Amino acid sequence: MRDITLGQYFPADSVIHRLDPRVKILSLIAYIVLVFCTFHFTSLAFIAATVLTIILMTKVPLKMYLKSLKVIIIIVIITSILNLFYGTGEPIFQWGIIKITYDGIRNAVFVCVRIICLILLSSVLTFTTSPTDMTDALERLMKPLTVFHVKVHEIAMMMTIALRFVPTLLEETDKIMAAQKARGADMESGDLFARIKALVPVLVPLFVSAFRRAYELATAMECRCYRGGEGRTRMKQLHLTKRDFISIVFTAFVIAGVVLLNIFGHVLIPSFV
Amino acid sequence: MSLLSVKELSFLYSKGTPFEHKAVDQVSFEIERGDFIGIIGHTGSGKSTLVQMLNGLLKPTSGSITLDGINIWDKPKEIRKIRFKVGLVFQYPEYQLFEETVEKDIAFGPTNMGLNEAEVKDRVIKAAQFVDLKPNLLQKSPFDLSGGEKRRAAIAGVIAMDPDILILDEPCAGLDPLGRDILLTQIYRYHQERGNTVLLVSHSMEDVASVCDKVLVMNHSRLEMYDTCKEVFSQGDRLASMGLRIPQITAIVDSLIEMGFPLSKGTLTVESAVYEITEYLKKEGRL
Repeated sequence: MRDITLGQYFPADSVIHRLDPRVKILSLIAYIVLVFCTFHFTSLAFIAATVLTIILMTKVPLKMYLKSLKVIIIIVIITSILNLFYGTGEPIFQWGIIKITYDGIRNAVFVCVRIICLILLSSVLTFTTSPTDMTDALERLMKPLTVFHVKVHEIAMMMTIALRFVPTLLEETDKIMAAQKARGADMESGDLFARIKALVPVLVPLFVSAFRRAYELATAMECRCYRGGEGRTRMKQLHLTKRDFISIVFTAFVIAGVVLLNIFGHVLIPSFV
Repeated sequence: MSLLSVKELSFLYSKGTPFEHKAVDQVSFEIERGDFIGIIGHTGSGKSTLVQMLNGLLKPTSGSITLDGINIWDKPKEIRKIRFKVGLVFQYPEYQLFEETVEKDIAFGPTNMGLNEAEVKDRVIKAAQFVDLKPNLLQKSPFDLSGGEKRRAAIAGVIAMDPDILILDEPCAGLDPLGRDILLTQIYRYHQERGNTVLLVSHSMEDVASVCDKVLVMNHSRLEMYDTCKEVFSQGDRLASMGLRIPQITAIVDSLIEMGFPLSKGTLTVESAVYEITEYLKKEGRL
């Protein structure tokens, strides 16, 4: 249960960690769009190399990234295989209804690299940004929505609380499971129905304690005069620094690079599509 | 042959990662049938990990646990049977209550053992008696009970499995002094009447001194001492170096000894201290 790495903060001292979370979120969106706007092998290779560079800059062990890739590796394989067989054009290899075309190989490689880049980029954001920084940044970025009466502060506060309690509830689940196992609960065998039924002794106490914690937290917040977002100031103000501007310029260069390679890639390496 | 024998038991958390951490390190000891043993140690000394290994909830990284002459991990598929034999009451057990009625909740363990209805009912009633739960409470929802009653209902849920060894992890945490005394008396009575083996993990030296025969001291994942209460608690300095202390009454008697009174080291209860002091005063002709 503890092996969920996707969406886990990994504290380290790196340039990426110290970037303004708003810049990181917007850059992530830019890079994701960019990953899907690669139309030539050269631009795909270029974006993959950029992702790799960013990963190395985070100082988070590569093992952690591999762990987060492990979760989606099956999806990558399945989509790549599907793409491999559903290509159009002249078949290179044919066996019955199965045929592999040049187009199919190209699509498979593109899909595979794109998904991996996608996961790695999101991992960079979650590994290097603490949950509180993340919600802070989201609150700031969503601020314009207040015009449409969206309760931005409340949403951000709910996200902060939810993220904060994920590890707590996981720990609690472990404890309750152990306690029920000690009373002979059997959670590892039986058919589907039996397994669902076996969850009741875990879920009921878990819900009870979640409600208890919610009440306690609400009381604690009221005791400290929490009354929503209006007029609330923050202890930690987000400021853009020189570092952030450098990273924005870097992103701009990457965008320019991808666009140029998309247009002129076939000039550099004509044999590729 | 001893009831439970533990040999060179070790447990590593997060094995093979940078967070690897030894929670229990090469621990060996033996427990005889009918023993009442206190387990003490500072926070994080490995007590909880140790007791979770004893009933097969955690699988030791190395070492063996032998119950009644059988290694408990010989047949991993039958580990549930071990959990019925070694009953473990976790810290704050009231948070594991889930059934509609107290009776059904206490019956959870015995039902899992595969007993028939009549046997289950019989065990529930007996277990409830041991922890002094009034029969009218049995039909109530466990969430309507008071804190102390919830705690006792949860303990009854483990006692109802009639384990050969009953392990309680901090059963008195968060109870008021009266509730603590009542619960300890009930556990003591359970041990006396059934003659079962009981292991009590506690931070309260007074509790351990008042009910246990032997004490097992854990320090930095290792077994530091394992002896009778008297023997262990007469070594106040050694315990202090581990961040533990001796029961208050033992400390008082120790200071009296230092002042030159001929009392015995390792006095465990107020009663025995009073007895010794009055005997001494009588002998001196001062009383």
